[in-house]
Amino acid sequence: MRTSKLIFGLLAVLASGALLAAGADMGQVEKQATNWTAIAMFGVFVAGTMFITKWAASKTKSAADFYTAGGGITGFQNGLAIAGDYMSAASFLGISAAVMANGYDGLIYAIGFLVGWPIITFLMAERLRNLGKFTFADVAGYRFQQTPIRAFAASGTLVVVAFYLIAQMVGAGQLIKLLFGLEYWMAVVIVGALMMVYVLFGGMTATTWVQIIKAVLLLCGASFMAFMVLIKFGFSPEAMFAKAVEIKTGLALKDAKLIEEAAKTGKDIAVLAAAKGDSIMGPGSFVKDPISAISFGMALMFGTAGLPHILMRFFTVPDAKEARKSVGWATVWIGYFYILTFIIGFGAITFVLTDPTFLDAKGVLKGGGNMAAIHLANAVGGNVFLGFISAVAFATILAVVAGLTLSGASAVSHDLYATVFKKGNADSAAELRVSRITTIVLGVIAVVLGIAFEKQNIAFMVSLAFAIAASANFPVLFMSVLWKDCTTKGAVIGGFLGLIASVALTVVSPSVWEVTLGNPKGSAWFPYTSPCLFSMTIGFVGIWLFSILDRSANAQQERADFAAQLIRSETGIGASGASGH
Amino acid sequence: MKDDLGDRIRANPKYQELVSKRNSYGWIMTLSMLVVYYGYILLVAFNKDFLAQKTGAGVTSIGIPIGVGVILFTIIITGIYIRRANTEFDDLKAQVIKEATK
Repeated sequence: MRTSKLIFGLLAVLASGALLAAGADMGQVEKQATNWTAIAMFGVFVAGTMFITKWAASKTKSAADFYTAGGGITGFQNGLAIAGDYMSAASFLGISAAVMANGYDGLIYAIGFLVGWPIITFLMAERLRNLGKFTFADVAGYRFQQTPIRAFAASGTLVVVAFYLIAQMVGAGQLIKLLFGLEYWMAVVIVGALMMVYVLFGGMTATTWVQIIKAVLLLCGASFMAFMVLIKFGFSPEAMFAKAVEIKTGLALKDAKLIEEAAKTGKDIAVLAAAKGDSIMGPGSFVKDPISAISFGMALMFGTAGLPHILMRFFTVPDAKEARKSVGWATVWIGYFYILTFIIGFGAITFVLTDPTFLDAKGVLKGGGNMAAIHLANAVGGNVFLGFISAVAFATILAVVAGLTLSGASAVSHDLYATVFKKGNADSAAELRVSRITTIVLGVIAVVLGIAFEKQNIAFMVSLAFAIAASANFPVLFMSVLWKDCTTKGAVIGGFLGLIASVALTVVSPSVWEVTLGNPKGSAWFPYTSPCLFSMTIGFVGIWLFSILDRSANAQQERADFAAQLIRSETGIGASGASGH
Repeated sequence: MKDDLGDRIRANPKYQELVSKRNSYGWIMTLSMLVVYYGYILLVAFNKDFLAQKTGAGVTSIGIPIGVGVILFTIIITGIYIRRANTEFDDLKAQVIKEATK
């Protein structure tokens, strides 16, 4: 009751803040007004979330409160929070930008992000909730020797979190640079600092509620944008697509490369341009070859089931039923969101690419390609709505970064400190202190990495995190829960092999070896866009091979313990309940 | 004590029924999701022209309804599983727990 009142109060404050800002801006010069509206709305969001953090801090007394909000989140709330974690600024800005640039390819990309959810629902959600407590290592290491499995899980978590964090920080820097006219590094520092406040004081309770509010705001904002785009075309997708193709054809006619090609081959430029324009309606160069396509699809599908900050959310609900409801709601919201993003991307073609206000002297989008959705907000809803979407996008980054940091901090404090160093004898207060110190350290690292990776495409960085999650975390989790003969040795060696393979193959793939490291084109050793088909196979085969080779007494015991684990994972008897209530 | 409980649960045919029913259902659903998604991906990889084909006189390609269809399928199949798991399977589970702990 209290929390729902809190939300309504906050929404009311946000709404009134928007009205005030709108009133104050009337009659001012456009560019100036834009900035102040955005800043005002973001200020309101920060004030509101600080209020929530203060409330959450009063409830965050034990390690259980810090990691899982005391286990008292409902399935519906958690579904929104999971969707919030997943609908990161990288996916919102990145996918709408991909659709604007390449049309249909963006849809293929978005679908990949969605299809992991049913797999989690059918195979993982219930077992995760029944076996787990705070981190996914609790599940993966249920019957295993704690030190090695925790060391692996912490590594898997931290590497995934690091890549995902970089993507978020880069997004934040670009966004605020564009909106507030601040230096890139300052924007990154602001995100780092605010996020640390949420996590340090409010733990999972604050992180969850910030995430829920943001998810609601983002879904509302994106719905409005898609609605405004569709209304322009009389709710006819065909009319929208036709206009987009027409605009893309027009742009292709002026494209220097295409003119050159026409001159060289003697083909008619109009024919070439028409083909180029129409290419947004079908699959293009995004999927280069079948191996890359399958590999990338696997990374997105199974990576979802290995993302530590998502897995952690299954421990915030009271039981398996609510865990299932969480994924159900999350799937609904995320699927709906990606359909919106697709419409927004096409909206950006028709509204943004045709309007010189959003383009620089060279005809390139101001603030970079990832700003498609932000400019569209201005085009369909004016300054006030631009302010709203900017504030929401920034809030999105903040919330996702907070969730990631929380999961990184719990890997260090719960898996490494409490279980490995203290052998499970750490008291709650000491564990909490370690989480908070780790939060600060991770915050600083995130800021440094965010600055170091300024020029990377953010949507692409996220796919790296997915490949690692799918190759290391997912196989270990899957095999330890479902395969009787899995042993500590098998899980740890196989998991590390998957982790190393996915990182190494990514480094020698064209996108990193050639683009980032500046080696000559064609020199990359690994020709495919995603390592997952190979690295995930290495992970699974490694686990299988080193498990069956393991003939130690420990291994025999671990196999015998599977029976008890199975009963708990199937029935939930003995599962850690809604603690702290 | 704990082993007693485990043995009692294992001996209960309802538990065996729960595990085999729910797991086979889960795997069938997983398989259908894999078939739909990788079918789509293979279509993208091997037959781009098919997806780029026009549905009618306009510019809309067959790929659009197919892509949106995959999204809707994903949501619907998840919903169907959860519905059955939260009613039928959870009822069966509650019976198993009740009979084992009484």
